[in-house]
Amino acid sequence: MTDILPSRTHFAIPRWLAKYKPKSIGSAIGTAVLFLCAWVMVFPFIWMVSSSMKPTNEVYNSHFSIIPKTFKGFENYYTVLFDQPYLSFVFNSLIVCGGILIVQLATAIPAAYALAKLKFKGSTILFGTVIASLTIPINVTSIPIYIGIVKAGLLDTYIAMMFPFFISVFAIFLFRQFFKGFPDSIIQAARLDGFTEFEIILRLILPSAVPAIAAFSVFSFVAHWNDLYWPLIVVQSQDKMTATLSMMQYQSEFDTNYGRTFASATVVTAPMVIAFLFARRLFIRGITMTGVKG
Amino acid sequence: MAKALSPLQRAQTRLAYILIAPATALIVLIYIIPIILVFLASLTDYTLVSDYFEFVGLANYQKMIGDAVFANALSNTFIYAAMFLPASFLISLVLAIAIQDRKQFRSLLEVLFFLPVTATLSAMALVWGALLDSRQGVINSIIQSLGFAPVNFLGSENIVLFSLTLISAWSVIGFNMVLFLAGLTAIPKNLYEAAAIDGADHPLDKFFRVTWPMLGPTAMFVAVTSSITAFKLFDTVAILTHGGPGRASEVFLYLAFLEGFEYFNMGYSAALSLVFLLIVFAFALAQTLFVDRKVQY
Repeated sequence: MTDILPSRTHFAIPRWLAKYKPKSIGSAIGTAVLFLCAWVMVFPFIWMVSSSMKPTNEVYNSHFSIIPKTFKGFENYYTVLFDQPYLSFVFNSLIVCGGILIVQLATAIPAAYALAKLKFKGSTILFGTVIASLTIPINVTSIPIYIGIVKAGLLDTYIAMMFPFFISVFAIFLFRQFFKGFPDSIIQAARLDGFTEFEIILRLILPSAVPAIAAFSVFSFVAHWNDLYWPLIVVQSQDKMTATLSMMQYQSEFDTNYGRTFASATVVTAPMVIAFLFARRLFIRGITMTGVKG
Repeated sequence: MAKALSPLQRAQTRLAYILIAPATALIVLIYIIPIILVFLASLTDYTLVSDYFEFVGLANYQKMIGDAVFANALSNTFIYAAMFLPASFLISLVLAIAIQDRKQFRSLLEVLFFLPVTATLSAMALVWGALLDSRQGVINSIIQSLGFAPVNFLGSENIVLFSLTLISAWSVIGFNMVLFLAGLTAIPKNLYEAAAIDGADHPLDKFFRVTWPMLGPTAMFVAVTSSITAFKLFDTVAILTHGGPGRASEVFLYLAFLEGFEYFNMGYSAALSLVFLLIVFAFALAQTLFVDRKVQY
């Protein structure tokens, strides 16, 4: 009975396929269909990168081929990065996202610690305000904030681009939940050992909150990198234009070289996509975190 | 020690106020004062251009009721939401169920489906604009090679909302799928075994008797967040259609943006913003009433 078994392995199949053992034909078809769907999801990226290396007439060619017939990749990307101000657009985005994140963490973490671990009058009111503010999107408060920025003469400045996001009520909410889980006995013991409250925050609470802080940082950075609404309102000059906002220029025939258009679209999209591919778990946790109330 | 506690507590209270001071000041500046001002502005005819205003009572709200442009934007938003919600919900649910049992390729598929979520939508909107192009777009060349007439995806009043739905669904499916996967993973395996003993062998049986009831809170959550997302449609409209052709893709938030920041009718735009807040708030309320008590991650 046993001698028929080895004969099964004599087929010369590639190793990667040998590792793939579908439970049934149905499962194999299912996998194929899933990869077909995945292809549809990823195709816009493939099309974009492919077009970014083509000359204009080839971008809008009804016979699409992934590999460019005439390779214009070098010219397209060179123009976008060095003749057009795309590096400065990306730099503006980095400044704005970085500035927002630093202030958000610096204001939210102390407040969240106070709300989680310290007793003070008004804590209930403050927390209630935080919860209520969670439901208010920037689109609702944009008019008064914009008028205030105009009156202060701050239109078209980095400060104006960052200001409405300096406080993240979501961060306060999230970190408060996280800090609440930190054992009081350890904090008490540290106090008896002569730790000041600032030392407790810096040396005990912060290290324990690294996962939450990392996930929130990804969430915040991606959200503001991709934001179009607010830069569209307060940015007026090309000097302050963010990477995302720069995509608005194309409908006004800013550049009719389509290869270059999609080279710049690639440059704008690449930072977040590459960061995602390097830190997949963190990204998925960070971005879907808004869905985890806990 | 008992004596030392009291000054310690006082020191702690003082510290607490120092810690919350920056956050509190910013919440007042960025949320509380602006919300009060939006409400007051909605009762005036303020325009930034003249910088002069009078209180007009509820005139802005009355204008809304009779305004054909407002009615059009509201109906566009609802038509869009009516396509976007089922599409983004069902496709991501089916994908999550199809992916969750797989040992092979699961994480690869997860990454591929999640990729559009991280991508900058305004840049990808340009790509979709090209893919959906009425003459030379890839999608139309596929349609034509199948023997159908080309479709004017972004230039036709009847189709433009469908096309925007397509782009939005593409960008959000991975997000919803990950939420559904989290919900599915939380369902105890022994429930399926118990259901099998009770005679639920068919996959559809399993779905309706175990998966769907257990997934309820997650499903509710996805529905609520997707509804809010639907009402926040803005980027693709601003990049690709500008509300056109005609006013066929002018949605709520885009109209509020135009009134406030293109025409500078701040008073009317403020009233529109408050209606928008009311809608978002209704969804948030639904979420706290139906979801928060039950969802556990």
